[in-house]
Amino acid sequence: MDLLSGGEMIARALEDEGVDYIFGYPGGAVLHIYDALFKDCKVPHILVRHEQAATHAADAYARATGKPGVVLVTSGPGATNAITGIATAYMDSIPMVVLSGQVMSHLIGQDAFQETDMVGISRPVVKHSFMIKSAEEIPATIKKAFYIAATGRPGPVVIDIPKDCTRPDEKFEYHYPDAVKMRSYSPAQRGHTGQIKKAARLLLGAKRPVIYAGGGVVQGEGSELLTQLARTLNYPVTNTLMGLGAFPGTDRQFLGMLGMHGFYEANMAMHHSDVILAVGARFDDRVTNTVSKFCPGAKIIHVDVDPASISKTVQADIPIVGPVDSVLTELLAQLDDLRDKDAGLPDAMALERWWTQIDEWRGAHGLLTGRRYGQSEQIMPQQVIESLYRATGGNAYVTSDVGQHQMFAAQYYRFDQPRRWINSGGLGTMGFGLPAAIGVKLAFPDADVACVTGEGSIQMNIQELSTCKQYDTPVKIINLRNNYLGMVKQWQDMQYEGRYSGSTYEDSLPDFVKLMEAYGHVGMQVTKLEDLDAAMDEAFALKDRTVFLDVLVDRREHVYPMHIAPNGSMKDMWLSKNERT
Amino acid sequence: MRRIISILLENEPGALSRVVGLFSQRGYNIETLNVAPTDDPTLSRLTLTTKGDDLHIEQITKQLNKLVDVVKLVDLTDGAHIERDLMLIKVRAVGAARDEVKRTTDIFRGQIVDVGPTVFTIQLVGTSDKLDAFVAAMTDVDILEVVRSGVAGISRGEKVLSL
Repeated sequence: MDLLSGGEMIARALEDEGVDYIFGYPGGAVLHIYDALFKDCKVPHILVRHEQAATHAADAYARATGKPGVVLVTSGPGATNAITGIATAYMDSIPMVVLSGQVMSHLIGQDAFQETDMVGISRPVVKHSFMIKSAEEIPATIKKAFYIAATGRPGPVVIDIPKDCTRPDEKFEYHYPDAVKMRSYSPAQRGHTGQIKKAARLLLGAKRPVIYAGGGVVQGEGSELLTQLARTLNYPVTNTLMGLGAFPGTDRQFLGMLGMHGFYEANMAMHHSDVILAVGARFDDRVTNTVSKFCPGAKIIHVDVDPASISKTVQADIPIVGPVDSVLTELLAQLDDLRDKDAGLPDAMALERWWTQIDEWRGAHGLLTGRRYGQSEQIMPQQVIESLYRATGGNAYVTSDVGQHQMFAAQYYRFDQPRRWINSGGLGTMGFGLPAAIGVKLAFPDADVACVTGEGSIQMNIQELSTCKQYDTPVKIINLRNNYLGMVKQWQDMQYEGRYSGSTYEDSLPDFVKLMEAYGHVGMQVTKLEDLDAAMDEAFALKDRTVFLDVLVDRREHVYPMHIAPNGSMKDMWLSKNERT
Repeated sequence: MRRIISILLENEPGALSRVVGLFSQRGYNIETLNVAPTDDPTLSRLTLTTKGDDLHIEQITKQLNKLVDVVKLVDLTDGAHIERDLMLIKVRAVGAARDEVKRTTDIFRGQIVDVGPTVFTIQLVGTSDKLDAFVAAMTDVDILEVVRSGVAGISRGEKVLSL
């Protein structure tokens, strides 16, 4: 058995856990740890330029790979800077382990230099947190942290480590546990068979069914099973913003995203459905619109690994608590069983009528088939996403920031695979996109990685261009530039009579092309539609360069459809500036 | 409806703040809170009372159960149970009030645990309602200080909350 210091145990434990990258930023409280990483650790460390970026990069790495992201930051400002990224991961249930340095044990509570109560300040945005009290606890605590982060409903776990627990001159026997058992933590292993049977019966009796699948299907590796289930039954599927890619975006059975900026056909189908199979989705307010008016005729089957997500906002008729993969496997078996006994299920005639209705909606106002966005002299933002889709063959990993560009990307980039769409859905964190793209590119160096952003969001973590340079992560940044904080402006247009309070930059924006060159990257600006496709192709042809495509888009465009709120239902939408349902 | 939720909690630093923090974070109310170690030094027993409709309480218990430090949880109001709150109340006791306070204390089966020339301190154990009634009965008396432990509760009969 090896004798290791606390710092060395951390380095070794991360190796033993099979960690691929540590995203971090050094500082006083973690210097012993950094020294141990330097001396002997196979896990590469990625030095970001701001701790928030470390958390977003690690988070996106986790979203793309399914493995927990790992962050290492120092105490005080290092820890507080990480909070936004931890909250982002928490809201989207992303597995992440954050190691934060802490001042020496005897200084805790003394308002010491760079001291902050990290366990306290992170408490509302972590799945769990640990404070190390002695170095001997380190290996078992790290094992527990990874176990908690990755199992059940995943989430971020913080380990706060006082500096004296990592000192190099005190060595301990190192043993990394193979497994964890905690009496107070036991996530559901499988769904209740009786409930699944009931769900199968209700599903097969449906005349107007919809499958509503969220991020839990992506995180829970349930995409293939969900797709199989939907195809077996020929039922329509809609995905949440977090669930995009859980069901193939180009499939005829796919209705598009639902919710506030969801597809007309998806929202209409939800509203008029008689049975909803909700899987790994949480009936978020951005989905339901007014809860009391939500899908009045629908019976709801709700599958989720987190019991607290069930009946939190919308009452479920058949709740099923369990991991999506095991529940869907069992549900498929039950459906087969029932259909063996009665080949007439589900009602083919009713289903045909339902599809006819859906196709009518799709034809009338569907984003990809019926209603097109308006045309103008200028480039429409949607055209940029269509160009990106074409240039990447629909196979890119697309990270996004937050705002109009995010919604355009969600609507127009049709994701056929899970884990390709990487965005901050729950917290809505501007500044997520670029560090996220770095995390994804490190995970998949040969894949196309695009960051769809706006000139507002990109400036919230633009310093990471330097990280891109240092670690050679050639991502493509697609800037939908309208010289406004676009989503804010859209709401100000719609609800504040166009008073653009705090949503314009006047003439203060940098020359992004020059800025890119200053960072050692490639900047290109596109102002004309006829140049767009060629520029997009050129950007992706520069395989080993980070490219920033600054695309000047129509400044007036809004994201539609848009739920009418307050007091609207799923079917109440603005379809354009002057057309509503 | 008033509920009494009883929790076995890991006796770890920060565990209590997770429970209390959850209530403020999610906009739930805690009316009373009582916490102390159990016969097993690794576990604390926490009893809290809160108010809400069934859906609200269901969400509270689910969220509490999600906390990693929460080992086990029971809503005592779901079944027959015993609840006790302990009150120490200090009142001005001079002249005729001394007899009056003594009488009322006897009626409520309380004890005067400290006597001074001008004050009595009374100890009273019972349900929260009984304690409220005692305070209400002290209308003509000058109440100087009220200290209550918060409700502690346990199920009746064979039902136990343990590992």
